[in-house]
Amino acid sequence: MATKVLERKPLSLAEQTYLPQILGGMKITLRNMFKPPVTLEYPDERPDIPEGYRGVPTLVKDPNGREKCVSCQLCEFVCPPRAIRITPGEIDAESDTAHVEKAPKEFEINMLRCIYCGFCQEVCPEEAIFLQDIFSLSGYSREELVYQKDKLYELGGTLPDQHYKWDRKREAELAGNPHH
Amino acid sequence: MEWNELLLIVFKALLVLSVVMSLAAYAVLAERKVAAWVQGRVGPNRTQIPLLGGIPIIGTFLTRLGVFQPAADGLKFLFKEEPTPGHVNKFYYLLAPMIAFIPAMTTMTVLPFGQYVNEAGEVQPLVLANLDIGILFILAVSSLGVYGIVLGGWASNSKFPFLGGIRASAQMISYELSLGLSLLPVFLWFGGSLNLFNIVQGQTDLLFGFLPQWTILFQPLSALIFLVALFAETNRLPFDMPESETDLVAGYNTEYGAFKFGLYFVGEYTHIIIGSGVFVALFLGGWNLPWVTLPAGLFGTVLSVLIFVIKMLALVFVFMWVRWTLPRFRYDQVMTLGWRWLLPLAVANLVFYAIIIAVIEQF
Repeated sequence: MATKVLERKPLSLAEQTYLPQILGGMKITLRNMFKPPVTLEYPDERPDIPEGYRGVPTLVKDPNGREKCVSCQLCEFVCPPRAIRITPGEIDAESDTAHVEKAPKEFEINMLRCIYCGFCQEVCPEEAIFLQDIFSLSGYSREELVYQKDKLYELGGTLPDQHYKWDRKREAELAGNPHH
Repeated sequence: MEWNELLLIVFKALLVLSVVMSLAAYAVLAERKVAAWVQGRVGPNRTQIPLLGGIPIIGTFLTRLGVFQPAADGLKFLFKEEPTPGHVNKFYYLLAPMIAFIPAMTTMTVLPFGQYVNEAGEVQPLVLANLDIGILFILAVSSLGVYGIVLGGWASNSKFPFLGGIRASAQMISYELSLGLSLLPVFLWFGGSLNLFNIVQGQTDLLFGFLPQWTILFQPLSALIFLVALFAETNRLPFDMPESETDLVAGYNTEYGAFKFGLYFVGEYTHIIIGSGVFVALFLGGWNLPWVTLPAGLFGTVLSVLIFVIKMLALVFVFMWVRWTLPRFRYDQVMTLGWRWLLPLAVANLVFYAIIIAVIEQF
């Protein structure tokens, strides 16, 4: 390997006294003193979370307030640490969304096991589970950190929907095309 | 001496003591704030005293400034559990913080911090004890502080404090010499007086009618050597060998906690404040401002004290500014600088000014 020998110049007298360098350093720190702080006062101010951030997995509803999960259990299947557990249930026949047929009776995510890989979000055919911007979670017991369905919906809230898949299915059904 | 006269002296002493103590407490806060500003942070801004902090704008402002932080820190030092490790030498372990603290506090007795004009029309110093050997007293007593550190390091009976203590003693002895030698030309300059008040008064007049007669303008090298030695004596970065957090945990005070640590801490900052005061008195004209004559009466007295304190605090700020700018010297570099550079320089400086002053006196 080629080496390059650097020539070290001997220090001048001024440099040997350290003083010009010290003054130069002090000039820099003085300039720094008048700059605004670069820190964030964390609990009061929160950082801007960038788009696509993988925070705590949450369940979302569509803008009509319908829970989107149909308990297909794909996320449960794909989850590497097996943090998700779904107990499927049927939707009440009298319900407005009876044609969806299934919804989770219970939906648990064990946040102590979750590795925030985002596979569940990727695999979900209904766009019902999202890793959103929540980055800090805490609890007093292990049980508390197994998030239940209502907690997951509370954290997830409502996200905009581009397809309204099940609404269109019903429209097609009403228009006489049951196999839309 | 009448007893009310005695009472007055005690009162004055207590007043000065409390001012210096609170200055030391706020120096700690200032240090943290300056560090924060230099590093682009905010610094202490949470502590609040219920009623005072609740005042709409001022309270918030003071809280953001961290004004209540020293009170919280002081209370913490007072009320914390005070563990004494089992392996220490109890007697010296307890004695060491006091030895570090008391000399630092004692030196302020001879430091003049203002002036007043008495009934006879003479200018008198505001000082607790106007000793003729003022500066000798300061040098002698403040160098006792090293015993506190050495003793603390030794009595702790563990290796990091021990190394810190050894480094402290070597460093302080090395720089004490340059410290003393750098001052001799100043005393020669002012006709051999060791009284700090006389030296300050000697800097009152203007040279050729426009140049302030501050010692630093005539003896910049003495001032520089004194300042560097002062940094070393007060164990400030770049000379904080005894503490060197990065390699010695916390140096001599590793085994100390709670109030005993607080004593070391306040002692260190008192040392800086008094050291700055001595530097201001010797080199920066004390309470004199160039081209301004202090008025007589109470107003002039207050003004002189204010000028002195502001100069002193500015110098304390420089101490902090340097601390957060420079890295620490290596141990051998400290020794090289002390023995091979500062000491010969101080001797040369002394000889040079001795000749100059002799020549001036001939004409």
